[in-house]
Amino acid sequence: MKHLITTAGLDAAEIGNLLDVADHMAEINSRPVPKVPALRGRTVASVFFEDSTRTRLSFETAAKRLSADTMTFSASTSSLNKGESLRDTIETLSAMGVDAFVVRHKSSGVPEAVTQWTDAVVINAGDGWHQHPTQALLDAFTVTRSFGDGNTMQGRHIAIVGDIKHSRVARSCMDVFVKLGARVTAVAPSTLLPAGGLPGGVAVAHGIDDVVGECDVLYMLRMQRERMDSALVPELGEYSARFGLDPARAARLPAHSLVMHPGPMNRGVEMLVDPSHLPGSRILAQVANGVSVRMAVLFSLLGGAAAGLERGDS
Amino acid sequence: MAQKKRIVVKGGTVVNPGAVAPADVAIVDGLVVEVGQGLDGDDVLDATGCHVSSGFVDLHTHLREPGKEEAETIETGSRAAALGGYTAVVAMPNTDPAQDSVMVVEFVREQGRRAGLVDVHPAGCITVGRAGTALAPYASLAAAGVRIFTDDGNGVQDPLLMRRALEYARDLGVTLAQHCEVSRLTEGAVMHEGSCCSAMGVPGWPALAEELMLHRDIELVRLTGAPMHFLHLSTAGSVELVRRAKADGLPVTAEVTPHHLALDHELLAGWDPVFKVNPPLRTRGDIEALKQGVADGTIDAVATDHAPHAAHAKELPLDQAPPGMLGLETALGVLVTAVAPAPERLCELMSWNPARIAGIDDRHGRPVAPGEPANIAVWDTSEVWTVSRHALASRSTNTPYHGMELRGRNRHTIHDGRVVVRDRKALA
Ligand SMILES: [Zn+2]
Repeated sequence: MKHLITTAGLDAAEIGNLLDVADHMAEINSRPVPKVPALRGRTVASVFFEDSTRTRLSFETAAKRLSADTMTFSASTSSLNKGESLRDTIETLSAMGVDAFVVRHKSSGVPEAVTQWTDAVVINAGDGWHQHPTQALLDAFTVTRSFGDGNTMQGRHIAIVGDIKHSRVARSCMDVFVKLGARVTAVAPSTLLPAGGLPGGVAVAHGIDDVVGECDVLYMLRMQRERMDSALVPELGEYSARFGLDPARAARLPAHSLVMHPGPMNRGVEMLVDPSHLPGSRILAQVANGVSVRMAVLFSLLGGAAAGLERGDS
Repeated sequence: MAQKKRIVVKGGTVVNPGAVAPADVAIVDGLVVEVGQGLDGDDVLDATGCHVSSGFVDLHTHLREPGKEEAETIETGSRAAALGGYTAVVAMPNTDPAQDSVMVVEFVREQGRRAGLVDVHPAGCITVGRAGTALAPYASLAAAGVRIFTDDGNGVQDPLLMRRALEYARDLGVTLAQHCEVSRLTEGAVMHEGSCCSAMGVPGWPALAEELMLHRDIELVRLTGAPMHFLHLSTAGSVELVRRAKADGLPVTAEVTPHHLALDHELLAGWDPVFKVNPPLRTRGDIEALKQGVADGTIDAVATDHAPHAAHAKELPLDQAPPGMLGLETALGVLVTAVAPAPERLCELMSWNPARIAGIDDRHGRPVAPGEPANIAVWDTSEVWTVSRHALASRSTNTPYHGMELRGRNRHTIHDGRVVVRDRKALA
């Protein structure tokens, strides 16, 4: 594996290996000084053509804990449209000596295109509606470690609720969860499901009430207010009524069930309950695990030396 | 005055309606003067192993001039056309300014004449500025020689305006050509709506968007009696709609592009914008239905939709890159490789029918016979060659066939009695 563009190229064993490395990173993150020299002298560039402070900080924290140097390039996509080409940007940064690009773009397929323009490792930090592979990996890590299931999701039922059609998170998660053996249900109105169908092995439900009583994981997606403008849902109130997690529904969740959300949450739309009051909420664990998993990805792709993980840096 | 030069195309098989037979062809002063055995002349073109037919006519060429000369000019596009065996092209009106006025139309035709490689016939617009709100001045444009009108790139969305356009055009004896696409169903669309686009997370182009407008327009033809041509049909449902319209005796014609006969939507999985085109590459099932339509006569013509784009435009992300691909230099090879029509059917699709649809059958798509204008292509359906984007005459390089092996290639082209392509090389 040279790049991480999509989860499609990963099999269950490779996913399991990354999760094992992430265990090691989580242990490092629990140390008083959570920093190791594994990637000292390497440079990781975050190239974000679409704003996402959370994801960028998560990657940069991961890189710094492995002692990599970081640089950040942020540009609004509009300025690129006016002549400066994506290719120029990548080639220019490459010439400065970058070992890994972490790329976020509002257009699907851009990280794949970037691989043609640089010899560096490319990690997809979210492209359009296409993929967000590290999110799916950190979610798989969160689920398997919460249940103590090792690296499998066999026998678990995961309901992904919300705007599947426009969600790169959903595309990556459905792929990874199915590969790890989970039973996955996409819960959405048909207007928010991909027109060409879902991946094999994913079931469909058209209301959260169909799954809330029996799922092991309730995975809530962010519902964007703009979706109303294009006649995808009539109004947010109706969406909340059919697909929102409210206190009554939360009470119907099995006691062991997890509630997850990739953030940022839309309170009052899909989340009608304060997640801090839900015993099964793993939303903050997802954020913490994000750093460990991204450390694992950077370490694995940049071929860091195992010895570099042992000793803390002073 | 010196004696006129006599050109002889020697050793080929002449293709005429109802007659495919070995013969040499002699040309003097822009006209075919003799077709027979053992002819000689001052300039002999070797046609051994080739078919000799009327030159091809492309109903659908984007030459980009005026407005986007960095992608193509009328001269470079004409050269690409001549290399492909074309002696006439219909230049699409989505130039800048658009071909909605006599001045622009005359400029395009004059630039074509200056290049002198093929006849360039500008299509007019259906609506002013291709904006879909007001009819273009068909009568003035028709008086300036325009025979076919289209807003290609845009379908005419307004059904009332389309009805009026057909009624008005009918009186003038010109043909309207529709790019069938209900734009409300394709906002932001990047590729065919199907399993592939859903996995890739890009907005899809449903087959319905094409078929809905095609259905509307067939009914408008039924209502008005005006003839209509349908551009670049791409779906199985479209083929069926046209088949039924023809069975009803309606005056409709239809074209398909080489790429819709050869390439499918799964090619987009590599994210290369060179495969992005409007209408999009569809499924294998659609390809089979289009081939069936080509075989049974539902489809009248193969047209390239040659659409050059500068390299920087095709380096944009897939969703922002403009749709379109080159076609003039590869059309014959793709058609022969994908469909392998018999020589007569090939001439119907590439020359005779398009000349009639374009209203230029006084000079193109004619029999190869004494007294006829010498617009001739000499082509070899057995030549196997590998396409290189670096070896094309077009100013752009956005061919989807780069590195692909094709069977079938044009060898010589004679335009207006003049050899413009000899042994696969165009005149400078
Ligand atoms: Zn078109």
